[in-house]
Amino acid sequence: MTIDYVALGPVIAATAGALAVLVADLAAPLRVRATATFAVATAGAAASLAASLALVGDRRSTFCTPPVTLPGNVQVGRSCSYTVDSLTVYLLVLLSAAALGTLLLSVAYAREHGLPPGEYGFLVLASLTGALTLAGARDMITLLIGLETLTLPTYALVGLRRRDRSSAEAAVKYLLVSVTATALTLLGIALVYGLVGTLHFDRIAAAFGQRDEIRQLPLGAAAVVLVLGGFAFKVAAVPFHWWAPDVYQGAPVPVAAYLATVSKAGGVAGLVLVTTVAFGPYRQVWSPALAVLAVASMTWGNLVALRQRQAVRLLAWSSVAHAGYLLVPLGAVAADPDLVPQAVAATIGYLVLYVAMNLGAFACVTAAGVTAIDDFRGLARRSPLVAGALAVFLLGLAGLPPTLAGLVAKVVVLRSALLGGAGWLAVAVAVNTVIGLAYYLRLAAVTFRGGVAVERLRVAPTLAVAIGASVVAVLLLSVAPQLALGLSR
Amino acid sequence: MSPCNGSRRGHRPPDRRSCRRRRGGGGVIVALLLVPLLGAAVLGVMALRPSTGDSPAARWIAVGAAAATLGLAIALIPGSRGPAAGTVVDPRHEVDVSWIPAIDVRFHVGVDGVSLPLVLLTALLTLLCTVLTVRSLPAPGRPAAFNGLVLLLTVGLLGTFVALDLVLFFVAFEVVLAPMYFLIAVWGGGPRARHAATKFVLYTLLGSVFVIIGILTVYAATGTFDVVTLSERGGAGIARGTQVLAFAALFAGFAVKSPLWPVHTWLPDAHTEAPTVGSVLLAGALLKMGTYGLVRVALPVLPEGARTLAPVLGVLAVAGIVVGSLCCLVQTDVKRLIAYSSVGHMGFVLLGIATLTPTGVNAALLGNVAHGLITGLLFFLVGGIKERYGTAELRTLGSGLAERLPRLGALFVLASVASLGLPGLAGFWGEAFTLQATFRPAPELSRATYAVLLAVAAVGTAFTTAYFLRLLRAMVLGPDVPTGDRKVGAAVDVRPVELAAWAPLAVLTVVVGLYPRLVLELTDAPVRALLAAFG
Repeated sequence: MTIDYVALGPVIAATAGALAVLVADLAAPLRVRATATFAVATAGAAASLAASLALVGDRRSTFCTPPVTLPGNVQVGRSCSYTVDSLTVYLLVLLSAAALGTLLLSVAYAREHGLPPGEYGFLVLASLTGALTLAGARDMITLLIGLETLTLPTYALVGLRRRDRSSAEAAVKYLLVSVTATALTLLGIALVYGLVGTLHFDRIAAAFGQRDEIRQLPLGAAAVVLVLGGFAFKVAAVPFHWWAPDVYQGAPVPVAAYLATVSKAGGVAGLVLVTTVAFGPYRQVWSPALAVLAVASMTWGNLVALRQRQAVRLLAWSSVAHAGYLLVPLGAVAADPDLVPQAVAATIGYLVLYVAMNLGAFACVTAAGVTAIDDFRGLARRSPLVAGALAVFLLGLAGLPPTLAGLVAKVVVLRSALLGGAGWLAVAVAVNTVIGLAYYLRLAAVTFRGGVAVERLRVAPTLAVAIGASVVAVLLLSVAPQLALGLSR
Repeated sequence: MSPCNGSRRGHRPPDRRSCRRRRGGGGVIVALLLVPLLGAAVLGVMALRPSTGDSPAARWIAVGAAAATLGLAIALIPGSRGPAAGTVVDPRHEVDVSWIPAIDVRFHVGVDGVSLPLVLLTALLTLLCTVLTVRSLPAPGRPAAFNGLVLLLTVGLLGTFVALDLVLFFVAFEVVLAPMYFLIAVWGGGPRARHAATKFVLYTLLGSVFVIIGILTVYAATGTFDVVTLSERGGAGIARGTQVLAFAALFAGFAVKSPLWPVHTWLPDAHTEAPTVGSVLLAGALLKMGTYGLVRVALPVLPEGARTLAPVLGVLAVAGIVVGSLCCLVQTDVKRLIAYSSVGHMGFVLLGIATLTPTGVNAALLGNVAHGLITGLLFFLVGGIKERYGTAELRTLGSGLAERLPRLGALFVLASVASLGLPGLAGFWGEAFTLQATFRPAPELSRATYAVLLAVAAVGTAFTTAYFLRLLRAMVLGPDVPTGDRKVGAAVDVRPVELAAWAPLAVLTVVVGLYPRLVLELTDAPVRALLAAFG
C-alpha cells in the first residue's frame, strides 16, 4: 500500500513540530528556552498551515481498501480512510491558522503566568495533529483517533496553571465530561458496525441507504443519536454544555481560546462528517434533533450570557450560543437532500468567520489582562487599539458591522434556515441575535467609559501580532466573504 | 430602439453590461461610498493615538471628506433626471459586479430619482455636521473618533440609498447601528445616554432582523436578491401568502426605523440624549431609511402583500400623527418635543405610502426631504440653545429668546412654522399632497377607511399647529422675562460657523417650499414606474 504523504502533509508537519518542541525544550540553553520553544512551536503550526494551503484545489485520498461486498449483498467501491477534498482543505487551513493564532497569543501569557513553554507548545501541536487527522477522516476509527488525539492534550492544557485550584478542578471536570462523551460516541459506532459491518463513512451510507430493513430498526436511529450526543458535548451544545463555562474560566485564557476555536471547530467538523456523509440516510432523524439542539443552545447560551460578570465566562456562554448558530443549517435540511451541500457550506463558512472573530476577541481579552467585566473600564484610554479591536470583534460576534464578517455569517445561517423552509428556526436566530447584541455591547461599551488615565497598557509584540492578524483576517473576510463561503461552488 | 432604453422584463439582454458602461456613472457612485469610508478609516487610525486623535486636523479631514462626498453626490444629478423609459427601476449610475457568489449576492448599486434626493440630503447634512464640529464638539471631545463615526454612519446611509441588491441593502442598513450607538452613548453626556443608546440599538436591531427574514423569504421564493429584477417581476412567482408574510416582516423592520407608532418609543429617548450632530443625522437621514425601504423594496417587490397590509400601515401612521402631536403638547424639553414632532411628520410620510398611489408616494418622498431639512435645522438650533444655556428645558429657558438672540430666534421661528406646515415652506407640500392622496387611494383600497384616516390626520395637523405655536409663544416670542436662572441671560447670537452650518438648511426650506418640483421632478417618473403594479 502506498501512502500519499502530500495529503498527510499538514498532519506530518504538526507532529514533527510537536516533537521538535520537545527537543528544543531539552536542548536550548535555559536563558532562551522559552523563546526557542515557542518559536519552534509557532514554526510547526505555520508549517502545517503552509502544507494545508498547498493542498488548496487538490483532491487526494490515502489508506484505501479495495471494493467489497458488505453483508446484505451491498456492493461498495473503493473506500479511503483519509481524504483531502475541498471540505477537508477548508478545515485544515482553518484549524492550523487557529492553532497558530492561539500560540501567538499564548507567548506573553505563558511567561507572565509561569506556564511551562515546552509542555505548552507540545500539547497544542499534539492536539492540532488530532484535529487535522479528524478533518480528513472518512472512517469511524480514524475519526475517533483524531478526536481523542485532539482532546487528550487539552486536559493537560486546561490544568496547566499548576498551583491554581480552579484550573485543576476545570481539568478534572473536562476529563470526566469528555470521557463520557467519547464513551457515548464509541457505543454508537459499535452499534453501527454491528448493524452494517463496516466503518467507512461512504460504505455506512450505502448500506443504510440500500437496506431498508436495517434502517428501519430503532437501533440504527439510537446509534445515530448516541454519536450525535458525543459530538454535542464536544461543541458544547445545550444540554451538553454545562462543563464549558467552568472549564473556560478555570483554564488559562489562551487555552480557553483554543477550546473555543480549534477544539470546537474539530467537533463541528466531526459532526458535519458523520451526519452528512455517514448518516445521510438518517437525515430525518438527525436534522430535527440538531434543530432542537440549535434553538436550545442559542437561547440558553445567550440568556445566561446576559448575566455574566467575567469576560471569559461571557465568551464561554457566547460560544455555547454560537454552537447553536452553527447547528442551524444542518437542522434545516430534513425536507430535501439537495439542501445538504449548501448547509455544509453555510456551517463551515460560519465556522471560519466565527473562529476569526472569536480568536480576536480572546486575544484582546488576554491583552487587557483583567477578567471582571467592570475592570475593562477605561481600557480605551489605556490602549485604544485593544479596546477598538475588542469592540469590532464583539460587534462582529453579535452580527453587526463595521466589519461584515459577522453580519454575513448571520445572513448565511438565516438563508440556510429559510431555504430549508424552517421559518421558526430563522425567527429563533433573529431573536437571539438581538439578545446577543445586548451583552456583547455591554462589554464593548464598558471599555469606553471611565476617563481615569492609568498608565498605558503594554501589549506584548506577539500578542499585538495575534490581534493584528485577527483584524486583518476579519477585514479580509469582510471584503471577500466568498473565501469563507466558497465551499458550495 | 436602443437596448439600453428597452424593457428589461424577463431575461436580461446579454449586452446589458455594455449599456452600463455607456452610462459611465459607475465610478462616481463607488467613489461616493469610498470617500467617506476612507475618511472614516483615516480618522479611525488617528483616533488610536492621543496626539493625532485630538488634533484639529481631524476636524478638517472630516470636513474635506464630507465636502468631497457632497460634490460626488451633486455629480450624480445630471444622469439621474428625466423620465425612465419603460423600466421599473432605472438606475442611471449603476455598478453591478459579483461579490459573494456562494450566496448569490452581488455588489449592485445605482441611483435614480427616488434615491437621489435622499443621497443629496444625507451628504449635505453630513457636511453641515462636520462643519459644526469644527467649533463645537461635545464632551469628551476626541474629534478623530467622533468624526470617524459620523463618516462611517454616512457610508451606511448612502449605501442604503444606493443599494440595489437586497443583502447589500441590509448590510448598509446595519452599518449605521454601531456608530450611532457610540455617538449617543459616549458623546450624549446625559445621565441616561447609555440607556437611550442601548434602547436605540436593540430596538432597531430587532427591527432589522425582521428585515433580513423578509429579504430571505423573498429570496427563497425567487432565487435572487436583485432589486431591479424583483421589481420588474412585480411579485410574479411569489405566492400571496408568502408575499403577505414577507411584507409583514419587512414592514415590521422598516416601521421600527421610521418610526411608526407604537414602535416609536426609542426615538424620543435617543434624540433627547444624543449630541446635536447625532440628533440631526438621526432625524434628517436615519429615519428615512425605513420609508425609503418601503418605497424601494417592499411595495414594488411584494405588491400583493402591500395591498393586504396597506390599511394597517395607514391606521398606524395616523395613530402616529395624533399620538405624536398630543405628546408634543405636554413636552417641556424642547429636544424631546421635536423628537415627538418627528413621529407625527413621519406618520404623514407613512400615510402617503399607505395610499399606494403615485401622488401619495411622491408626497412621502417630498415629505422625507422636507422633514430632513426642517427637523435637521430645528435640532441644530436646539443644540445651539442647549450649548449656550446648558438646558433645553422650556421652564428654565423662559420666553423672549428672540429678544435676547434675534438671529437665532428668527431662524427658530422659520423652522417652526415650516415644521407646522405653513404654505410656501417645505413642510407644507408633502402633507398637503398626502391628504389629497388619502382622499383618493389606490382603487383596490377601501375609500371609506381612507376617508376616516384623512379626517383624523387632518385633526392631527391642527394639533401640530397648536403645539408649535405654543412652543414659539413659550420660548421664542414674548417679553424677555428673567426666570431666575443665572445662566439664562446674555449669550452670543449666531456664530459664523453656526451660520455656515444652519443657513443652507434654512435656504433650502424656503426653496423647496416655493418650488417643490425641484424634488418631484426627480421622483415622479420612477415612482410611477415602481407603482405600476397598483391600480
